[in-house]
Amino acid sequence: MNSMSILAETSRAERWRERRVFAWVQRHRVAAAAVTLSLLPGIVPHPALAINILIYGLFATGYNLLFGYTGLLSLGHAALFGAGAYACGIAIASGGLPWFAAILAGIVLAVAVGGIIGALAIRTRGVYFGMVTLALAQCLYFICYQWVSLTGGESGLRGVSVQAVSLGSLRVSLIDPYQKYYFLLVLVIVALAVFSRILESPFGAVIEAIRENENRARASGYDLRWIKWISFVLSSAFCGLAGALNAIHLGIVSIDTLFYTTSGTVVMMTLLGGMGTFFGPFIGAALFLSLEDVTASWTTHWQLIAGLVFIACVRFFPKGVWGSALAMVRR
Amino acid sequence: MGEIPLDILALQILTGIALGCIFVLVATGLTLIFGLLNVVNFAHGAFYAAGAYLGVFAFGYTGSFWLSLFIVPLGMAAVGMVTERVLLRPIYGRGMSYPLLLTFGVGYVLVELIRILFGTDGLPFSSPPELRGSILLGDIAFPLYRLFVMAFTAALLTSLWFLIEKTPFGLIIRAGARDAEIVKVLGIDTSKVWLLIFALGTAVAGIAGFLAAPMRGVIPEMGVTVLIEAFVITVVGGMGSLPGAVIAGLLLGIVVSLTSYFAADFSNIVMFAIMAIVLLVRPQGLLGRPEAAR
Repeated sequence: MNSMSILAETSRAERWRERRVFAWVQRHRVAAAAVTLSLLPGIVPHPALAINILIYGLFATGYNLLFGYTGLLSLGHAALFGAGAYACGIAIASGGLPWFAAILAGIVLAVAVGGIIGALAIRTRGVYFGMVTLALAQCLYFICYQWVSLTGGESGLRGVSVQAVSLGSLRVSLIDPYQKYYFLLVLVIVALAVFSRILESPFGAVIEAIRENENRARASGYDLRWIKWISFVLSSAFCGLAGALNAIHLGIVSIDTLFYTTSGTVVMMTLLGGMGTFFGPFIGAALFLSLEDVTASWTTHWQLIAGLVFIACVRFFPKGVWGSALAMVRR
Repeated sequence: MGEIPLDILALQILTGIALGCIFVLVATGLTLIFGLLNVVNFAHGAFYAAGAYLGVFAFGYTGSFWLSLFIVPLGMAAVGMVTERVLLRPIYGRGMSYPLLLTFGVGYVLVELIRILFGTDGLPFSSPPELRGSILLGDIAFPLYRLFVMAFTAALLTSLWFLIEKTPFGLIIRAGARDAEIVKVLGIDTSKVWLLIFALGTAVAGIAGFLAAPMRGVIPEMGVTVLIEAFVITVVGGMGSLPGAVIAGLLLGIVVSLTSYFAADFSNIVMFAIMAIVLLVRPQGLLGRPEAAR
């Protein structure tokens, strides 16, 4: 056996091992995500970044259900994130509701907003879907901008303070960043478990069928509008949860949450990590936010860098980081 | 609401038409590019803002509004050509989402570049001296500059119509919009046509931005609102229909202008309400073909 074939042999064995690791991760994806995310605060430089990765990762995951799995390019997901944040924030600041009821309020309003935007947007297809979602989301932005008595208008919603949460005898302080992180982590893992279950269900198979070939899915007897709408609403629920968690995390809700750049950010995160993959959105969020964290220390023109990364991603890296890794292993 | 003075109503309608002209110009460029290249140009708003800044800069440099009005389309066409050649060309044929996302990124970069070069606060700019003041139309005094915007838009749209309907180049454009593959097989260098169309659309966006500058102000984010307004117009007017864009643009301009006078709180929202109604009643838009929407 010459050296070349030995090399080939080892690389094949390596690839085989890699493939098994990937297969294991894919099979136990929620557990794998839980383990990785629980180690995150030890990896990133400061806990605030870890919390942001958690929240935006969930936001991008919810977005990915529509963009990556159903194949619908929405450019208005800021509306759902913002609706969740504002409903949760108003419930706490003005309504004095406990945290779990406020989070629920966030999800409910996001689902309601998503139901309306989705019902209008699915009447169009392709790029018009993107235009309509963008326009309707911007409409919500203007409504919240002008409804100062309820939302605080331009200066944002203040006074969303949750000092601590109690679960039976367990008391978690939300002032301590690490306790806050693990509190949010529990909620995010529950959401991810639900998300994973949706993907495994027959519904999960149908939305992927729509993404792959719409006409064929229609010919198979599925009511496309109904399924697209359900997908939009489910996606809204996850994004609303992420928004609600963000309101609790920050203690304020800024009007920028609803601005179109938030929609752009979530598209970019999903694309960067890998659309239509389970881990992609979290990886994308982690990369995007870390890059923002690093560049913020030496320039205020973050948007320039973000735009260039966006262009580079689309141009050279359409599958994203995790998507490319998967493609390499599967080859 | 009581008595509405007729002259105020007429003034608001005229103002609305002037605003609608800007909408029409932006939407026309967008529709033109989309019709041929199948690219939804998300950088269109940024090109509009860049046109305004280029115009203000050229005005400061040359001191002549008319010369600036000539420089803006040339400069913006160059920007458009570079964008098309370097960034868009390599990703043709990869579906509609990728060019859309790419131009989204281009928009981010352009707006931030404007902020770096000219600051975040916006620039002061008023209409040129020879177009200041107003003229009397019956009982109402109407700003001369807005009348000029209407006339200029009308002239520009007429020449565009002539270009598309009456020239050999227009024949290629119309054929290309219907079936680009066949046009290519017939021996026409479509890549050059695409380049020119993108440059033309960008130039029109730049002119719109410069024309709007004295009316709507010059700030780096000026393109964001206008891009979304142009999307609403494209959806309302009918996807890919130029006459639809003209009608919807003027209509929405008038509606926005009237609401901002009678119910200012709703002026930002009325447009989206109209879009929602159109989508419910006629998803393909006013003049769109049904198959385009589905």
